[in-house]
Amino acid sequence: MTLRRKACIAGAYEHPTRKAPDKTVAQLHAECARGALADAGLTMADVDGYFCAGDAPGMGAVNMLDYLGLINVRYVDSTETGGSSYLLHVAHAAAAIAAGKCNVALITLAGRPRSEGSSGVAPRAVVPNVPDAPWESLFSPVTVNMYALVAARHMYQFGTTSEQLAWIKVAAAAHAQHNPHAMLRDPVTVQEVLDSPMISDPLHKLDCCVVSDGGGALVVTRPEIARSLKRPVINLLGAGEAVKGQLGGQVDLSWSAAALSGPKAFEEAGVKPADIQYASIYDSFTITVLMQLEDLGFCAKGQGGKFVADGNLISGVGKLPFNTDGGGLCNNHPANRGGITKVIEAVRQLRGEANAKVQVPNCTLALAQGIGGLLGSRHGSGTLILERA
Amino acid sequence: MSTMSQDRPLGTTINDAATEPFWAAAKEGVLKFRRCTACAKPNWYPRAVCPYCFGDTDWEASKGTGEIYSVSVTRRAGPIPYAIAYVRLDEGVTMLTNITDCDLDSLKIGQRVKLVFKPTEDGNHLPMFTPG
Repeated sequence: MTLRRKACIAGAYEHPTRKAPDKTVAQLHAECARGALADAGLTMADVDGYFCAGDAPGMGAVNMLDYLGLINVRYVDSTETGGSSYLLHVAHAAAAIAAGKCNVALITLAGRPRSEGSSGVAPRAVVPNVPDAPWESLFSPVTVNMYALVAARHMYQFGTTSEQLAWIKVAAAAHAQHNPHAMLRDPVTVQEVLDSPMISDPLHKLDCCVVSDGGGALVVTRPEIARSLKRPVINLLGAGEAVKGQLGGQVDLSWSAAALSGPKAFEEAGVKPADIQYASIYDSFTITVLMQLEDLGFCAKGQGGKFVADGNLISGVGKLPFNTDGGGLCNNHPANRGGITKVIEAVRQLRGEANAKVQVPNCTLALAQGIGGLLGSRHGSGTLILERA
Repeated sequence: MSTMSQDRPLGTTINDAATEPFWAAAKEGVLKFRRCTACAKPNWYPRAVCPYCFGDTDWEASKGTGEIYSVSVTRRAGPIPYAIAYVRLDEGVTMLTNITDCDLDSLKIGQRVKLVFKPTEDGNHLPMFTPG
């Protein structure tokens, strides 16, 4: 079964908050759900499929559906691959719709890591019975150094430079200045990235994404329903998902799971990287973007540094406009998981509703890509290719 | 620039059925990994069931030498900078570890390293590496 044009994204909503000390996580989920349904022109009663991941408090759908009051749901999925979960959810929702299991699928994400004092240098929580934890946790892997190891290896193996990585942040900031909701709205220069404090070699502070409160939600529905609504019809053309780890001890940091999920999505969509007019690329760190661009085939392996340099990712300037909302690097990284915002901005671009200064003209084909978990050890990847009908 | 490594508090080990023989060997100064009795491939982190063929595996001693596959000096995750690294053991598996007892700023990918053990708060010995 192919998912090509079997489902549409009919609703998309990004919570405007970046700091929510007076709200609960569940409340943020509910506000996002309300926003996405209003955007689609649908109601609570229409929702018969629900998708959430590890940011949803409690036992996923069990607690959340009760809180939200969604009583017509007959299909649930709590697939958890970190920040990439929500891209997988879109694909899984499409499969469920194609199989007749549901008609209107709601996906929510929300969190308050900023209010709760989370950061990328804090020790990661140790969960009982995780098989790798006894062998790794005492060496103090934290989020940022498990991406820094990838960046260091990429520099060694391919000659990538800190200046090239900095261009990714420069492009995100160039876009964020036009987003009134972005957490960081000031343009930055390559030199400012290089002059920012070194967090874990070779990643500087400005190579890292923001820590923000907030959330987002998506509504996925069958094409007949999407066509009956007032919003532009955004088709899912292709989807891929993959997980990569340490390969039994044959660690290879030169590629990510996007090298597996990307080709699957392109094959299903029947398009190639050069056809993509806009790309949302998960930007937990600058190196995350570089790795995914190579693995998706936007450039050859090892050539990512040259590809991103000189503004090539800036809308209106370069060949591949990316993260025109400012991305995780500048706009928003709600729940420390940026996957859903990647889909939301791709939908905005395809609808022609991105901020005017960064809107890609006549954008009809877009890609959304996420990596969740730790790029340097174990991570999941989801790739979506979307078109405006 | 030079940043001499400092010993930092290592906390307590996580212990389960998979780790007991490992910590016992470490107390004797030996780093152990596991090798499949069916396909003969080594694996890391140690698994009782081979991640290549689902065969049974057994412990084997490493010589404790290898080279740095990747390294990052983490400068802002606490008061003490430390080097996290992947080290490729000469037996052919790559493990997450720390590089210590050296100038952290001098570390390079490809550099030869050898095993050192550092005590944890619960009296176990954690395998790290130092240049040489």
